[in-house]
Amino acid sequence: MIRVILPTHLRTLAGTGREVQVEAAKPVTVDSILDALETAYPTLCGTIRDHGTLKRRSLVRFFACEEDISHEPTDARLPEAVASGAEPFFIVGAIAGG
Amino acid sequence: MAGVRVLVGTRKGAFILTSDEMRQKWEVAGPHFGGWELYHLKGSPVDPNRIYASQTSGWFGQQIQRSDDGGKTWAPAGNKFIYDGIPGTHQWYDGTPHPWEFKRIWHLEPSLSDPDTIYAGAEDAALFKSTDAGQTWAELSGLRKHGSGPKWTPGAGGMCLHTILLDPENPQRIFIAISAAGVFRTDDGGATWKPINKGLRSEHIPDGTAEVGHCVHRIALHPSRPNTLFMQKHWDVMRSDDAGDSWREVSGNLPTDFGFPIDVHAHEPETVYVVPIKSDSEHYPPEGKLRVYRSRTGGNEWEALTRGLPQQDCYVNVLRDAMAVDSLDSCGIYFGTTGGQVYASADSGDNWMPIVRDLPAVVAVEVQTLK
Repeated sequence: MIRVILPTHLRTLAGTGREVQVEAAKPVTVDSILDALETAYPTLCGTIRDHGTLKRRSLVRFFACEEDISHEPTDARLPEAVASGAEPFFIVGAIAGG
Repeated sequence: MAGVRVLVGTRKGAFILTSDEMRQKWEVAGPHFGGWELYHLKGSPVDPNRIYASQTSGWFGQQIQRSDDGGKTWAPAGNKFIYDGIPGTHQWYDGTPHPWEFKRIWHLEPSLSDPDTIYAGAEDAALFKSTDAGQTWAELSGLRKHGSGPKWTPGAGGMCLHTILLDPENPQRIFIAISAAGVFRTDDGGATWKPINKGLRSEHIPDGTAEVGHCVHRIALHPSRPNTLFMQKHWDVMRSDDAGDSWREVSGNLPTDFGFPIDVHAHEPETVYVVPIKSDSEHYPPEGKLRVYRSRTGGNEWEALTRGLPQQDCYVNVLRDAMAVDSLDSCGIYFGTTGGQVYASADSGDNWMPIVRDLPAVVAVEVQTLK
């Protein structure tokens, strides 16, 4: 299972706690995690990546193993620590605005 | 027992204010959706327990929320707003073409006859319609594609479709307003549209009398006279008596004719309300005095309404969707400010009192009259 940490507003929207677990297709990538997340929590569709284009929303960031991977290809294989569930995949709202 | 429910959208959540018909004692519920921007909430005229809300965030995009119990509980509806076809470009601030991009829903207008049908006004400007209570949305793209779209430009607040008026006597007729394109009307249920801006003059655009390009801030009508429209433009208060085919200025003796909201008394079709703002570069009331102006003559002759409103050191704004009226026998008028106050008058504007003083900046105010 993949562990995903959600930002506060998306936890509220999806009615979850801080961490959710999803079964992502292999190889585990940002795309496969988001596909699984949106299937489990349809209300998150359009909140992390745009409808249609599936582009990451500009003020959303992705972290894995303490690295900002927001600009990496979303079909790139993620570290084994994330794929195994040892480390969570972080979805973060960028620090901006008030 | 009769009463009112005031639906307040703010920069950091939604609040629901309720009172009996006396409108003196209020209960405040909220925040709902704390931390999100609530651009608009509006109830169905057919089923007052059905309320729709536009919940939006620069980080996480657009949500539509729906309540079926008068705002006590909410559930997310559909948020997939996809432009029909290849959206093309509109004009950017510097005159260059700029791609159409969906940003948020500014305004929700439930159908007058079906609680499951609702219209949504978007930024970048487009009109969407749902017939399944907001679960799925389809663009009425005849508006955006009618021909002048590439000439539309954003106002300072974005290129938003902010006003949707449904004609109570003609279900095929809808008026919409876009900042900064102007007013448009359909007479065939949204398939085709035409700009209706004849008579508007705007000094800030290259051709001041152009067919499109006017920064219309708000339009309003009285249900008994849907051919009479009132408009608060960027500058100028305007009136049309031919369903928008032509407009004339009725600013009259207003201290300034810049402002955002405009609304019509529930029982007096010639009684109109505006909130004059000093200028387009100074978005606060002139002289630090918060005054609603009322015309009982359909414009031109205006009187200041001040009782209960701050008359010194007041520098708030009142945004375009932040004024509404109830339809109780003694008509109630309501407005919210960027300072977080919501003011109410239970006597057509003669006397005012704050319902709440310290909400986040108020973006939208709507009222449901519960009988």
